Amino acid sequence: MTIIKSEVLPLFTDDDLVKVRQAVRAWMIEQEFSLVTQTKMVTASSELGRNMVVYGGGGCARLECLNDFDRRGIRVIFEDQGPGIADISQALTDGFTTGDGLGLGLGLGGAKRLVNDFEIWSEPGHGTRVTITMWK
Amino acid sequence: MTTNKQGTIEKIFVHQKEIIDEWLHEQFAALSARQDLISELDLRRQSTEFLALFTPACSTDNLTDITQSEWKPVLDFLGSVSRSRAIQGFSPSETATFVFSLKQPLFARLRQEVGADAVLLANELWNTTVLIDKLGLYTTEVYQKSREEIIKHQQAEMLELSTPVVKLWEGILAVPLIGTLDSVRTQVVMENLLQSIVDTGSSFAIVDITGVPTVDTMVAQHLLKTVSAAKLMGANCIISGIRPQIAESMVHLGLEFSDVVTKATLADALVYALRQMGFVINKPA
Repeated sequence: MTIIKSEVLPLFTDDDLVKVRQAVRAWMIEQEFSLVTQTKMVTASSELGRNMVVYGGGGCARLECLNDFDRRGIRVIFEDQGPGIADISQALTDGFTTGDGLGLGLGLGGAKRLVNDFEIWSEPGHGTRVTITMWK
Repeated sequence: MTTNKQGTIEKIFVHQKEIIDEWLHEQFAALSARQDLISELDLRRQSTEFLALFTPACSTDNLTDITQSEWKPVLDFLGSVSRSRAIQGFSPSETATFVFSLKQPLFARLRQEVGADAVLLANELWNTTVLIDKLGLYTTEVYQKSREEIIKHQQAEMLELSTPVVKLWEGILAVPLIGTLDSVRTQVVMENLLQSIVDTGSSFAIVDITGVPTVDTMVAQHLLKTVSAAKLMGANCIISGIRPQIAESMVHLGLEFSDVVTKATLADALVYALRQMGFVINKPA
């Protein structure tokens, strides 16, 4: 598997999030993904990006365009140095939120259902990294 | 450093007319592509006016600290030029060129006047450069500030524009949402909608999200809050404009608008609302 191109975007504010969404959409269009797939990936990116801004204290999003034999993929890696997630399986459960009812608690699990590959790494006190990939 | 300064500078400005001509020549060379934005007449007027203020300020002893009162008229004038250029659409470097291009004619005059005395010439050139640089930086600063003001103004304007509440029928309101829904905009939308419900006594409110590119959990939550608030005011809320790709993404996210009426298009929502109000729609035979 080779990375054809990559780009790192800062992600600290709502405005940054808009830029990340636009970048993901532009990359998906460039690789000729279908409208539904584009929308799923953008929605998942929006969820994960917002988690980072709200809970992780901000970080960065790394966009990658992948080539794996004959298939193309778009991968986005969200990484922050925030408080981390203590119990990942609990965080993935629908309806679980730590934000005092601020959110619906659907973001993380929802993002996982929206994309083809979903990986999460987190260490309390060190940060969180979520990687999502969409294959064509 | 300042010995003989007054004498030299004054001698230079005896040739005011030549300086202006050369300066304009320099400005035109730099702004050749921008003649659509500013006419030669305006440029000449601005340049003459600037020199008329610049000359007396130069005749004072102070050529280093432009924050002093003798430089105030010069700075005020430069500020107004900068601001007007920021609004007209000049780039920052084009704006700063106005001052910077004065260097060439001034240096040429200085060479003529004191060219024989190398030490004096070096001193004069240095003093003039520092002075012009300061004025140039000032124009850029004002330019930047004016641009920020323009952006702020536009943002405020957009927030107003982007959330109109329109009346579709007696008792039916619609809010066509376009763009990103953040907390600030949702707040404005909600306030406008609730106020309009009271003002018009409407019983149906249609929130159309055709123009919202991404519906994630936060956007959904904002929508649900708006709908709940409208319900509390006694209005029925309909969410319309859910496109196929958005619907699919929402299902995967696990979002449900279970106790809200949703329709694919604004037209469907309007028909639904009319029927609910007891209207019968038919085409005359």
